[in-house]
Amino acid sequence: MRRLRTLPPRYWLVLVVVLFFIGLPTVIDSFLSGEWAQALVLAIAIMGLNILIGYSGQLSLGHGAFMALGAYTSAILAHRYKMDYLLTIPIAGLLTGVIGFLFGVPALRLSALYLALATFALAVVTPSLIKRPAELTGGVQGIVLLPPDPPQFAKDAFAAVTGTPMTTDQWTYYVTLAWALVLFWLAWNLVRHRAGRAMRALRDGEVAASASGVNIAGYKTLAFGISALYAGIAGSLFGLGSGFVSPDTFPVALSIQLLVGTVVGGLASIPGPLLGGIFAYFLPIESNQWIPTQTWIPAQIVSTVGKAGPAVTYGAVLILVMIFAPNGVVGLVTAGYTRLRRRLRGVPDRETGQMPPDHQTA
Amino acid sequence: MQEFLQQVISGVASGGIFASLALALVLIYNAMGLVNFAQGEMAMMATFIAFTLITRGVSYWIAFPVTLAIAFAGGIAIQRIVIRPVERAPLLTLVIITLGLATLLNGLAGAIFGYVPRSFPSPFSVQTVDILGAFFSFRDLGVITVSAAVLLLIYLLLQRTTVGLTMRAAAHHAEASRLLGVRVSWMLALGWGLASAVGAVSGIMVAPIILLEPNMMQTIIIYAFAAAVLGGIESPLGAVIGGLIVGVTVNLAGAYLPFVGGDLQLAVALAIIIGVLVLKPNGLLGRPTVRRV
Amino acid sequence: MARIGSRIAAIAALLVAAAACGGSASPTVQTDVGITSNSILLGNTIAQSGPAAAYGTIGNAELAYFTYLNNTQGGINGRKVTFKILDDAYNPAQTVPLTKQLVEQDKVFAMFSGLGTQDQTSVRDYLNAQKVPQLFVATGATTFMADFSQHPYTIGWQPPYQGEGRIYAKDVLTNHASAKIGVLYQNDDYGQDYLKGLTDGLGSNASMIVDKESYDVTAASTASQLATLKAKGADTLFLFTTPAFTIKSLVIVTALHWEPTIYLNSVSNPQVYMGIAAKAGAALKNVTSVGYIKDPTDPQWANDAGMKLYKTVIANCSTCNVNDGFNIYGVAVAYTMADVLNKAGSNLTRANVMSIAASNLNESNPFLLPGVVVKTTSSDHFPITQEQVITWGGTGWNLQGSLIDERGTIK
Repeated sequence: MRRLRTLPPRYWLVLVVVLFFIGLPTVIDSFLSGEWAQALVLAIAIMGLNILIGYSGQLSLGHGAFMALGAYTSAILAHRYKMDYLLTIPIAGLLTGVIGFLFGVPALRLSALYLALATFALAVVTPSLIKRPAELTGGVQGIVLLPPDPPQFAKDAFAAVTGTPMTTDQWTYYVTLAWALVLFWLAWNLVRHRAGRAMRALRDGEVAASASGVNIAGYKTLAFGISALYAGIAGSLFGLGSGFVSPDTFPVALSIQLLVGTVVGGLASIPGPLLGGIFAYFLPIESNQWIPTQTWIPAQIVSTVGKAGPAVTYGAVLILVMIFAPNGVVGLVTAGYTRLRRRLRGVPDRETGQMPPDHQTA
Repeated sequence: MQEFLQQVISGVASGGIFASLALALVLIYNAMGLVNFAQGEMAMMATFIAFTLITRGVSYWIAFPVTLAIAFAGGIAIQRIVIRPVERAPLLTLVIITLGLATLLNGLAGAIFGYVPRSFPSPFSVQTVDILGAFFSFRDLGVITVSAAVLLLIYLLLQRTTVGLTMRAAAHHAEASRLLGVRVSWMLALGWGLASAVGAVSGIMVAPIILLEPNMMQTIIIYAFAAAVLGGIESPLGAVIGGLIVGVTVNLAGAYLPFVGGDLQLAVALAIIIGVLVLKPNGLLGRPTVRRV
Repeated sequence: MARIGSRIAAIAALLVAAAACGGSASPTVQTDVGITSNSILLGNTIAQSGPAAAYGTIGNAELAYFTYLNNTQGGINGRKVTFKILDDAYNPAQTVPLTKQLVEQDKVFAMFSGLGTQDQTSVRDYLNAQKVPQLFVATGATTFMADFSQHPYTIGWQPPYQGEGRIYAKDVLTNHASAKIGVLYQNDDYGQDYLKGLTDGLGSNASMIVDKESYDVTAASTASQLATLKAKGADTLFLFTTPAFTIKSLVIVTALHWEPTIYLNSVSNPQVYMGIAAKAGAALKNVTSVGYIKDPTDPQWANDAGMKLYKTVIANCSTCNVNDGFNIYGVAVAYTMADVLNKAGSNLTRANVMSIAASNLNESNPFLLPGVVVKTTSSDHFPITQEQVITWGGTGWNLQGSLIDERGTIK
């Protein structure tokens, strides 16, 4: 009990957030659960991208390609080989992870800038690469997936709580949430322990890290593999939720969407990707529906935003965030929290590191 | 044989287009060690500005230099407003900002001008020249000639003028240059302005061929990346040579390699990028860089 | 107290009796989700941003027509049409949530004129499962009309790409029986569907095709493919390409000093595109296409009643270019939509509207070429199957012969 009481507030916050997400489908429309599931999908992919960019300092602008790989692996296994879709998710993740790891090997030789260039080109080429092996991928027809029927226990459990049995969208949401919880927990452990420290060391200074004995090549390729694994699972879950995969479902805009989410949420943080995923997913849907209803925005801006779609907003957000808040929302919040704490509790003494005594107890 | 020659010549023609944009990429890299993902969109915007002037009745030969001036000023403005606040930020930040700029400009162009393709005037005629049975259009020839001229000017600027020397010094040894009194920040702005103007030239030259629309540079930029990387990202001459090689390779691979075929042309460019970066990262004409500890 | 109570009871009984009498005297009014006593809500997803944004104006043109109806006739049978358009950026990943939102939150009566083959495929199963009509999808992909039996809540409108390909085959066999055919096609459903129609239409003469070359939308140029086609000896060239690539290909063909007979597809044939091609250096000799819609820039329709109506209607859309062929398409298909709603009368249910659209349509549309009917029956669910061959005459398209009907040829 004492340990519970001395848990940092952060842990309580996590608990609240988890409970929020578990309870969410019971209070919103069924199809909205489907949308939140897709936001969580992006959050998972962004978590992977964050491990790569934020923790190991390698820049990839092509993670949409890994999502496509995961989505198509699952789709082909489920559609052609009649495998249970839920089984295909870890398979898709592992396959994508291995390929990402292999991709990470030549990536070692590329400087950060060139890696960005190469992965950007990969993102642009992805749809045409998907179209090529048409017998396997269905080509431009795409692959239509049967929407999964929730198992009876889930339907009953949900009915017991809300009165209506669980729908497909809600079931998809819970499957996605389960994976998100597992993957976020794994990522949190990763960055806390040795691998994470090694990665951060090499992000902050490769030469110094190498001099300290960190296996640069190993950790960099590991980071690539892990981030690809996350993207692969995200892609697979994406297919589960949307029921359809096709070449135009994975345009370069997706890779940019992932990047925006990573940056806006906050690099090198665990909660960042969650916020980033929510932001990146809902922005295009809401921007041309919600904005026109806001009468305080001048008509010129509304029509420009409407016609330009989310592109103008994305671009402006990316630029503004990088200039004013390069650590994203999480960075802003942390900075604000730190400043608040400093004001309330004072700054530790420079030499001894001791906090000044509390005013009340002095 | 004639078909092969035609494939090569068509490749040279599209290569010229890639080279013209790659020159702008190389200029920015020379100025600040950064690849500008927004170069294509900036070029496209400049071309739309020229288009607006021309449709308002301004003669082509006046609109051209006016657009170049506007593009130059625009490049400087972008550097001052968007790049300078994060000058000393890590590379990642800068790359993301240029990516954001690209997205923003593309969306803006679409919103203002719409997406319907438009024709754009060219000073070169639509006639062709016959080379041993293969045909080269004057417009394509014009792109290459103008690119060569721009290349010469860039070379003269960078290698033979004090301004060019100062720019290169500021890019490679910022701290030392500052100590010597160089206004590093303004040198960077100058680099952006020049690159923007070179991009504008590229856009104006190629728009008659690829049609003016907001998405016109979206895939050209990838081919231009391949060209710059292949030629050596610091070398303007490399950009031009790289562009021609990329253009020819893409065509020949598409025409003669059945597993590539016509629909994987862009994948060939990707393969070139990856191949060069893995095997010879400095490209054909680049000098090996040494990383100091 | 009791007296008032009994008086109230009496009045109430009287009212109930009157209501019952009134109810049985007039026909029962059947309505459905998305219908109120004075409005009908239709939903749409279309590309208004991103690479396919040029098509976005179609939605605006359709809205212009509904606005015109609402203003001049008070809507359809006293109900005004509300048309909610959402931007899916041509990405099925967006089409799915937006469509679900329209169906489950906005509660539209039907989805109308959704754009894009992959996009509309992604929501076809869902809409059919929900029994929400997926009406008059804005794509010529043959599957939306041919697969009606598996998807009875989905129907197309424009002539199927395969049907158009077959008409080209007929024309080639009639007018260029010894042609050596080369095909340039986009490597997506659009190009592949056209190619299938051409190949099927040629039947045993399919060997007339000496070469076919595909390209991806990310290609810098189609010069390589065209050079190959020329080298293989083709003297007849089919361009199954989207407008920008069509224009560029026409220019390249001329630059190659090649003068094949050219067939280009109906999506690319609006006169404004021909004008751009000519300015860029295309010779445009011997160019054939087919049409089914009146072209707003064609002077022969200047005094046509349908064209005048179009110009009146399109004025309701401030961002629509009156000369854009996509816009008259939008107005034409909106006309059919309104026609179907009108025919449903007071039986405005999804099932009835779907039945009329897919099996009981017989409409002559003022925006289509004279003689083209929009027709469906219980055994044929291809609304438009007639097109007319047109040839380029230097300043405009000239109608040739008469309408060719591909009805019943596609299974």
